[in-house]
Amino acid sequence: MSLAHNIFNTSLGRKYLMALTGAGLFGFVVMHMLGNLTIFAGPAAINEYAAKLHSLGPLLWVARIGLLVMAAIHIWAAVKLSSENKKARQVRYEGAVEPVDVHRKNQIVSRYASRTMIYSGLIIAAFAFYHLAHFTWKVPQINGVVADFEEFYVHEEDAGENQVAFETPLPEGKGEEGKNAVDVYRMVKTGFGVWWVSVFYVVAVGLLCVHLSHGLSAMFQSLGFKTKSTEKLINRFACTASWLLFIGYVSVPLAVLFGFVK
Amino acid sequence: MAAKKKTTAAKTKAAKKTTTQKTTQRAAKKVSQKKVPFKLDSAIPAGAMSEKWDKHRFNLKLVNPANKRKYEVIVVGSGLAGASAAATLAELGYNVKCFCYQDSPRRAHSIAAQGGINAAKNYQNDGDSVFRLFHDTVKGGDYRSREANVYRLAQVSVDIIDQCAAQGVPFAREYGGLLANRSFGGAQVSRTFYARGQTGQQLLLGAYSSLNRQIGLGKVKMHTRTEMLDVVLVDGHAKGIVVRDMVTGKISRHSAHAVVLATGGYGNVYFLSTNAMGCNVTATYRAYKRGAAFSNPCFTQIHPTCIPVSGDHQSKLTLMSESLRNDGRVWVPKDKKIAAKIRSGELNPNDVDDKDRDYFLERKYPSFGNLVPRDVASRNAKEVCDEGRGVVASGLGVYLDFADAIERMGENTVRERYGNLFNMYEKITGSNAYKNPMTIYPAVHYTMGGLWVDYNLMSNLPGLFAIGEANFSDHGANRLGASALMQGLADGYFVLPYTIGQYLANVGIDDRPNDDDPAFSAVQQEVETRINNLLSINGDRTPTSFHRELGKIIWDNCGMSRNKKGLEEAIQIIPKLRKEFWQNLSVPGENAALNQSLEHAGRVADFLEFGELMCRDALQREESCGGHFREEHQTPEGEAKRNDAKFSFVSAWEYQGENKIPKLHKENLAYEEVKMTQRSYK
Amino acid sequence: MSGKAMNLTLRIWRQDDAEDSGRFETHEAIDVSPDMSFLEMLDVVNEGIIADGNEPIAFDSDCREGICGTCSMVINGVPHGGQQGTTACQLHMRQFSDSDTITIEPWRATAFPVQRDLIVDRSSFDRIQQAGGFISVRTGSVPDANATPVPKEDSDLAMDAAQCIGCGACVAACKNASAMLFVAAKVSHLSLVPQGQPERERRALSMVQQMDDEGFGNCTVTGSCEAVCPKEISLDFITRMNREYGRAILKKSCS
Repeated sequence: MSLAHNIFNTSLGRKYLMALTGAGLFGFVVMHMLGNLTIFAGPAAINEYAAKLHSLGPLLWVARIGLLVMAAIHIWAAVKLSSENKKARQVRYEGAVEPVDVHRKNQIVSRYASRTMIYSGLIIAAFAFYHLAHFTWKVPQINGVVADFEEFYVHEEDAGENQVAFETPLPEGKGEEGKNAVDVYRMVKTGFGVWWVSVFYVVAVGLLCVHLSHGLSAMFQSLGFKTKSTEKLINRFACTASWLLFIGYVSVPLAVLFGFVK
Repeated sequence: MAAKKKTTAAKTKAAKKTTTQKTTQRAAKKVSQKKVPFKLDSAIPAGAMSEKWDKHRFNLKLVNPANKRKYEVIVVGSGLAGASAAATLAELGYNVKCFCYQDSPRRAHSIAAQGGINAAKNYQNDGDSVFRLFHDTVKGGDYRSREANVYRLAQVSVDIIDQCAAQGVPFAREYGGLLANRSFGGAQVSRTFYARGQTGQQLLLGAYSSLNRQIGLGKVKMHTRTEMLDVVLVDGHAKGIVVRDMVTGKISRHSAHAVVLATGGYGNVYFLSTNAMGCNVTATYRAYKRGAAFSNPCFTQIHPTCIPVSGDHQSKLTLMSESLRNDGRVWVPKDKKIAAKIRSGELNPNDVDDKDRDYFLERKYPSFGNLVPRDVASRNAKEVCDEGRGVVASGLGVYLDFADAIERMGENTVRERYGNLFNMYEKITGSNAYKNPMTIYPAVHYTMGGLWVDYNLMSNLPGLFAIGEANFSDHGANRLGASALMQGLADGYFVLPYTIGQYLANVGIDDRPNDDDPAFSAVQQEVETRINNLLSINGDRTPTSFHRELGKIIWDNCGMSRNKKGLEEAIQIIPKLRKEFWQNLSVPGENAALNQSLEHAGRVADFLEFGELMCRDALQREESCGGHFREEHQTPEGEAKRNDAKFSFVSAWEYQGENKIPKLHKENLAYEEVKMTQRSYK
Repeated sequence: MSGKAMNLTLRIWRQDDAEDSGRFETHEAIDVSPDMSFLEMLDVVNEGIIADGNEPIAFDSDCREGICGTCSMVINGVPHGGQQGTTACQLHMRQFSDSDTITIEPWRATAFPVQRDLIVDRSSFDRIQQAGGFISVRTGSVPDANATPVPKEDSDLAMDAAQCIGCGACVAACKNASAMLFVAAKVSHLSLVPQGQPERERRALSMVQQMDDEGFGNCTVTGSCEAVCPKEISLDFITRMNREYGRAILKKSCS
């Protein structure tokens, strides 16, 4: 019974993996949201933030691969656990009602969320893929506008009053990957200007927060830190964090749609 | 290399030779299927009481450690006695096959014991000792138990607590981390260890965990949902059993060097008792029919505080802890008319004036009051109900009233002490005992009688051992509270594992027949025929209806109090009922499947024979002692009157054949250490 | 104590053996007294079925006082019928009303195959215990019981866990048929007492391994196990087992 066996091949080991990778992904989601919020500080701020991220070079790739591995493990473990769960109980009761949650009804444990983790998770994964295609790989066919985000770079002539003021001068030439800074501001504005893209985004973020409202508390459960004394605190944290994230994320497309981002 | 090969070859040859020899020996033996003559030898070691067990252990023959794995022992039953014996025998190195009818060994009915387990630890520094526990047990048993066995029980009681604590049994503890004790009926010292109200459960789970360890190690082969249907004797020695797989119906045989029965008591002969639905007499009764003596079958214990029967549908009775009598007051109305009004629901018991109430235990036993021993409390409840003063719809119930206790201590204190019992009571009866008085009625709870065994716990059939409630030895005519768990574990952990070695060493490794021995085929044939008979009657009545009718006969005539006329009547009626059973029984389905009607029918068939034996035993015992109360033998105050001159013996019944009167043998009881006195609780 | 008799319609799962695909059968329960226990009601229905020459409904029960853990049936979708802290055998008919339709099914879990009608095979629970649910002591080779004091709080908490009756309702209620509450109760009980320390890690690892091998699902903290547990064993013990398991893998891989 080696360490790897105990972690990868047992149910509780995989739960640990879920919890740890979940915690990592949660960290990413928080950072991402904070980054998004810089849009309210104006185009310069967000574009500068983006440029700084891009200038990290190899470190960025380490982070990207790390995230990818975490997501992969998280999804692998989830799918594996979930298929085991399906196998473990193949027959549903005809006696209609689900077990009544008699003495836990006063607690915050979101039963709906807990029962739908795999579905919310898979939808979020699908959305994340779309989101990457939309803004990172910039596939023009899916953004719902005529524009190609590949062309959204910050040009010297753009560095006007409302535009970016870089400390270091921009490289020469017209927008080119790796040379020009990406005009995230314009991309976001254009991207979320499409109503259905925003709706999809809001729904997905909503699901993410439902997922987290249970996941953040279950994480402590899986790692064995949730006890009677810490339970309330953990549940409150899960609930508050989920709501804050929801508000933070949703504020961007809403601001775009309702014209607060000019 | 070549040399090595040669040695191996030589070894094989030698091994072959022994096998051939064994076979020849066995064949020679088979020619004489001799029966061991009936003999009761209690085999009590000589010497001072306190030295008997130690000396005996030294004198017992030992089995060479390397040879133990060549022996096979069958243990039937997985309760406290069975599980602890199977685990301990396996630890010693024997190969064990363990059988139980439940789906898991953890479900044996020992699990339902609530109160606690006695041990002469003297942790409370209140003057307890081995001798005191011994003395209390002999006295509590109304001087009908075997002194030497009881002394040994008291001696090993201290080891039991150590053993269980080491297994992780979560006994109640004091803040200092040491074990807590409570006091229990029949003793003036605090020697009862407990784990909330679930002591039996926790002790059984402890034994079950030891058993599990041995199952995991491959030393015990566990057969669950398997019911033993007969014992197989070869040359008069018990060498195996025939069982039925309760899922597939397959009948199979298992041979071994010795057979241990840990199959519990026969309380279900009454149909209604606090026993589990599946408890039965089949294993011990089948052994009796093969020649084992059955001792004191009429000694049964009635528990006074059970929830009364609510209707004909009732399937079992539920016990409530005796501790309730510490604060509850037992009463019925003085007037029959008032009782009738209560029964019909016209009158609320709370509206009965104090002057119209008869607190009959306090009235008759001023010094002990509501705390008189179980048998006395039970008999008095029956008496007032027989007078027509009972209070529940059936007329069979008396009040246990907490109104005074609530007034004196407050409802919260009562809730703290008895909350879980009050909840259970409400769940079953739908009545709130804080507002209305509880109703209680006595019910059969434990059976002191069982297979006759000697000091080594071996029956008169060599190789057949009986432990726990299945034997008769330690409780005499009445068992003290918290002593059943003690006896089961004493037998299983600390007595049988030593004493069985003597038998095994004596007979030797070769004394184990093959499963295909003709003796096994013959018994299996009988078992199969019997099952086929049960299935082919195709009558109109269910096994349950026969069981219920038998239960009523036994309860009415051989229950809390017995008399000659009733017992003689019962002996007349039971054979008739038995006859009807074999003519008019209906068992649907077949053998080759899970068939609960068939299981029940087989058990009822044995109860129908056993019930008669019980009545015969009660009839011959012309005295009152412990749980056996003969109306003809009471003091002018209505107390039990023993007849030590004529009945200071253990009855041991020998089977004589189908529908023949069994033969009574007697093992005389001599008391060296404890002086016989008349019990008095006035 | 007595109330009005009721008439009920029962939809009961019937299955001849493990191979049979099974079906629902409808039976009428006439004149049911509210004082009957649920199982006594089934006894009466069975007597009627036998009288009609048919095979009675097979169901498990033994002690009928809520402690042996034998009885096992899902009543209207809820294991043991939904009265808090109550086994099916202690459930009484006064919880139902006249002309109710009651659906009765066996425990449903891959690790608990149906043997007949409402009877399932729970030997998987035994095997989990055999894998490590014990403290290895040889009879006789133990110190005096008071030689090892156990703090009352620990002992009480261990007792809370040790109360488990092994009925399997937790598995039956869980949408994943997870046995976590059962295993957690045993692991917690033995890890809380000093006598259980030497085998603490080994026990956690091997019991979890066996639980997985038996084909039980995983815990998704829905809490339905705790809700139906007749002994009201707390979900906290699952957290405790998670901690025990983490502790065990760390300790085993560091040593």
